[in-house]
Amino acid sequence: MSTSTLLINSKFAVGSRAALAERATKIAVDRLNFYYGRTQALQNISIKIPEQMVMAFIGPSGCGKTTFLRTLNRMNDVIPGTRVEGSVLIDDQDIYAPGSDVVDLRRKVGMVFQKSNPFPKSIFDNVAYGLRINHLSASKTELEDRVEQALQDAALWSEVKDRLKSSALSLSGGQQQRLCIARALAIRPEVILMDEPASALDPIATSKIEELIVDLKKQYTIVIVTHNMQQAARVSDLTAFFLLGKLIEVNTTEKMFTAPAEKVTEDYITGRFG
Amino acid sequence: MESYAQDSRSGDGGVAQIAICARKLTACATSMGARSRTDRSRRATSAVMTSLTAVCTLLAVSTLIIILSYIALRGIGALSFRFLVDPPRPVGEGGGIGNAIVGSAVLLLLSCVVGIPAGIGTGVYLSEFGGGRFGSIVRFLVDTLTGIPSIVTGVFVYAVVVLRMKHFSALAGGIALALIMVPIVARTTEEMIRLVPHSLREGALALGAPQWRVTMGVVIPAAASGIATGAMLAVARVSGETAPLLFTAFGSRFFPRNLNEPIASLTVQIYNYAISPYDEWHAQAWAATLVLMALILSINIGVRFLTRKKFS
Repeated sequence: MSTSTLLINSKFAVGSRAALAERATKIAVDRLNFYYGRTQALQNISIKIPEQMVMAFIGPSGCGKTTFLRTLNRMNDVIPGTRVEGSVLIDDQDIYAPGSDVVDLRRKVGMVFQKSNPFPKSIFDNVAYGLRINHLSASKTELEDRVEQALQDAALWSEVKDRLKSSALSLSGGQQQRLCIARALAIRPEVILMDEPASALDPIATSKIEELIVDLKKQYTIVIVTHNMQQAARVSDLTAFFLLGKLIEVNTTEKMFTAPAEKVTEDYITGRFG
Repeated sequence: MESYAQDSRSGDGGVAQIAICARKLTACATSMGARSRTDRSRRATSAVMTSLTAVCTLLAVSTLIIILSYIALRGIGALSFRFLVDPPRPVGEGGGIGNAIVGSAVLLLLSCVVGIPAGIGTGVYLSEFGGGRFGSIVRFLVDTLTGIPSIVTGVFVYAVVVLRMKHFSALAGGIALALIMVPIVARTTEEMIRLVPHSLREGALALGAPQWRVTMGVVIPAAASGIATGAMLAVARVSGETAPLLFTAFGSRFFPRNLNEPIASLTVQIYNYAISPYDEWHAQAWAATLVLMALILSINIGVRFLTRKKFS
């Protein structure tokens, strides 16, 4: 894969550098260290993620991309023996500060997982789940409206509108993943974290999800982990490259794929290792 | 090989295939010549082992069939509609096991009301919060409880409940059966909840659900059919218990009126009739056994039905 094909594919990223300067910072991470027991998985990560943009995390397997993504909504809290040092500010609030409410945080920072994980409930109940537990809709009609809106935002409405009552597990893999995106969108978070959302999908489903991501950034701040370099180039404005638990380089996607600052980034992007 | 392929396409397929086969066979024979002895002994071992497992299977299955058909043969004679609905009468006057069927149902219902919620609660605790030292102690105790002979449970309930109340009762019988059910339900519930993928919990947590809502709203429903199966198996297991009931429910010759008095059950009735000196009661014991087997069988079939619908 040459850098020139990547450049052609990165049509969405063109002009993002100018836009970048105007954006306010949504997430500011400062000197973050993360440990699984005694193993240090992340070393001294500092990064600023601007709002209403798509930031992609790339890097070889096991480099800490997913771990880092999961520190942003404290999803690692559920894994025993993990420890965090440093600070993560979202809208200038430290999410790891004592007294910070993890439920409020996750309401604000939604997540889409690598493997689609619909609940064994109906399509409607899947999307309504977050609304119900967070008491976000006052009436039945409001609930129905918000479910429809979320399904439309996730480009799934036309495919499921006639069978909202059937099991979510009857959907295809790509539909299930879009259902999970709809589920995350329904509670109207401000940030959406996506952990390789298209890695288990075929090219058609993948392109649908990618179009969706580009569309969603008008309203949301999106952070996406991907193994697919073309995908990073296609959908993201900014790219961060991780290696062995360290953040090597952050740059606009355009610059990252044409003239990376670090030699090791270039080696990875051009497929010389990893 | 290419030329053969062309041959077969040009319509001379049969000859070409035979030629291929012949050639392959020759190749096989030459390469396998040295190994043919080990190959033969391997086949022989395989045949012996396969027939051994077949014999074992036959033994197990035929034992079951012999027991079932013997009970059916001996029991069918005394079986009638009146036998199923009448209470016992003195020897020579007929009578039935109606009170014992109702009594067994009452005892099972009582044990379910106490044992299933307690068992499910324990199982949920073990799987969701039982990661620490206390959890492993509880798990060990539950396992030990599973292994306790049922007569010990009966004696325990006799000492703790019956002696205090100063009389046998359906309540005491229900408690004894519930104590046997709890560990079975607890462990199957734990196993079934562990089978719920972690990704489902994370999905719910990521939507801002607190832990207890994740457990109640996502995890337990996802494991529900498995938990129900475990509960039904526990019911099937205790419905055959006799020993703990001898010390607690005791038995009765009348239809039950309240839970505070001794109550009949199929198993105890079978026991009492079987050790009696009367041929008529022996026949009734066989018939009651047949009824009990049919009940347990239908519970097991119900369990199968539930399991089959599991991943719909």
